Amino acid sequence: MLRFIIRRLLIMIPTVLIIITLTWGLIRLAPGNFYDSEKNIPEAIVKNIRAKYGLDQPWYVQYGRVIVRLFGFQYIPVRDENGKEVVGSNGQLVMKYEWHPYPDFGDSLKYEGQSVNRILATTLPVSITLGLLAYILAMIVGLITGTFAALKQNSKFDYASMAFAMLGISVPNFVLGPLLVLIFSLTLYWLPPARWGGFPSWNLLMPVLTLSALYMAYIARLTRSGMLEVLRADYVRTARAKGLSEKQVIFRHVMRGGLLPVISFSGPALAYLITGTVVVEQIFALPGLGNFFLNANLSRDEPLIIGIVAFLSLAILVFNLLVDIAYAFIDPRIRY
Amino acid sequence: MKDDRPSNPPEPAKTEPAFTPLGTPPEPPVRSREGDIIHTSPELAVGEGDVRTAERGIQEPLAGTSLWKDAWRRLRKNKLAVFGMIVVVIVALVSIIGPYIIEWTAGFSYDTIPRDVEKIRALPPFRDVNGNFSWLHPMGTDTQGRDILSRVLMGGQISLMVGLISTFVSLIIGVAFGATAGYVGGKVDNVMMRFVDILYALPYMMIVIVLLAVFGAETALGQLILLFVALGAVSWLTMARIVRGQVISLKNQEFVLAARATGVSTSKIIFRHLVPNTLGPVIVYATLTIPQVMLQEAFLSFLGLGVRPPHASWGSLAADGIQNIAIFPWQIIFPGVTMALTLFSLNFLGDGLRDALDPQMRKT
Repeated sequence: MLRFIIRRLLIMIPTVLIIITLTWGLIRLAPGNFYDSEKNIPEAIVKNIRAKYGLDQPWYVQYGRVIVRLFGFQYIPVRDENGKEVVGSNGQLVMKYEWHPYPDFGDSLKYEGQSVNRILATTLPVSITLGLLAYILAMIVGLITGTFAALKQNSKFDYASMAFAMLGISVPNFVLGPLLVLIFSLTLYWLPPARWGGFPSWNLLMPVLTLSALYMAYIARLTRSGMLEVLRADYVRTARAKGLSEKQVIFRHVMRGGLLPVISFSGPALAYLITGTVVVEQIFALPGLGNFFLNANLSRDEPLIIGIVAFLSLAILVFNLLVDIAYAFIDPRIRY
Repeated sequence: MKDDRPSNPPEPAKTEPAFTPLGTPPEPPVRSREGDIIHTSPELAVGEGDVRTAERGIQEPLAGTSLWKDAWRRLRKNKLAVFGMIVVVIVALVSIIGPYIIEWTAGFSYDTIPRDVEKIRALPPFRDVNGNFSWLHPMGTDTQGRDILSRVLMGGQISLMVGLISTFVSLIIGVAFGATAGYVGGKVDNVMMRFVDILYALPYMMIVIVLLAVFGAETALGQLILLFVALGAVSWLTMARIVRGQVISLKNQEFVLAARATGVSTSKIIFRHLVPNTLGPVIVYATLTIPQVMLQEAFLSFLGLGVRPPHASWGSLAADGIQNIAIFPWQIIFPGVTMALTLFSLNFLGDGLRDALDPQMRKT
């Protein structure tokens, strides 16, 4: 088990590097640049901008800088004893690398004066609150519905809940969100239509519901099919034959097996949640990571794009590892 | 009462030979005779009588059912799948012909902005400029006075096209990759599948967003092609896994051995002998991929990264509609509901196809 975890952790490093390289390559290969939208910049200013952001260096130096930063080497100007930045003989700042125990993604190009780390730190709480609440809600509703649907297979409840689940999978979140706004904010005037209101607030209700509908549906379907499969398994028959009560059979034996597909779905679910948040944050005007990611892409904010991509891919990889570990705990047949 | 039927002719007397010329004859071999019951497992128990009736054609001879016929029969029994199929066919047909009919009868297309300044405003469904009932715009108009019905139908064309073409792209990549990995096996398989595993863990939608945002093509058509490729390139992973599993289970069968023995090349074995045999699960998965891809396309278009004007898709229409949700709610309701209905039907059709083609696979 320990060997498995260590191996997976080691594989993560090249995986994140590949993702970063891919993203960086895409941004670099694309025609145009982040300062292109400003019209008609004089040649001298373009030269200065390029020098400031190191774009005049060969590509491997720029790429190397991105990678080195990931490992915590910050690229900062040298300061003298009075705290003033030292200017070199060519009229530019003298820079040096300094190591920190955390990755440094540099400064954002669009949000001038803000470091990517700072943007991540301020936007993450919003996205995490949203995602986590949606995930918990989806888990609770999905598991309960799926379990009951499986136990009462072919009943009216089963059909109704599965039809609802199909609806949840088919209705895109950018349709569901506006519909909720239309009903609860613009017709009934019950809930505010947008804006972030902190953690325990009614503003969260609609975004969380919009985000979780899809996972709720998926989890309900997965639970149902997983449970149905297990209900027919030999070991469940054995459990019944040894005279366990129905409750014990369901909770100790069936639930365990039925949960497996749900747990293995958690990995992809996180990836879906991240893409889902981009839309939900757009609809409900929330200051989350997704919103910044979209804007960063549209304005070619390279450090911000790379920072967010690196952070999210790392999060997904770590989460997938946790899922695999949880899997081994729940299913005794699995050995790593 | 007198029985005037002729009595049965007397059975020929069983005569025993008076003597055995050459000692005791050998025991006759035991044969089954008419009327004998052959004892086999119950589902195979067919008396000879049954075979005779079948031969004489008294009963309907049992026609062999092919996989496809059987699947079609099962699919027809599934009401929801039939409903899904009908809706999908209707939506597809109406999306393809509808815009032309509207242009022909009413004289405007999906991006016609009316000349009359009075008309350049959002009209509610079934209303004309004066607020009276009118059939001209059953779904109303958008802020520029363009007919929403035409736009929804045109969007349907684009959305369905993206769904189909991207699924086709993913099909080609997935089948080629999976079949090669499965057939070649060994180290190659291991490396190829680890690669798929790594890709599975990637937040590929993020990379697609980056790709579409920074590479955004100049022309609308270029953007559409970029969209096909981008979406196709990220949805082939599961397909590759399915095909690989199928190929592994098929590759040791006699027909492959026979093909190899007669000197058929590896690529020909893969694509002529193995791939056609994996068609069932591939079709099922492709049907389920179409709504997923359409959803992703709509998601990207909603964010403004997908189709470009003058093209419209359901996603971009919803994005336009959400701007005016408080005042002109029909601008988002109609594209949104059409899209949800289509995806709903496609999903049901896919589920039905899966149950019909592969009863073993009844999952989720």
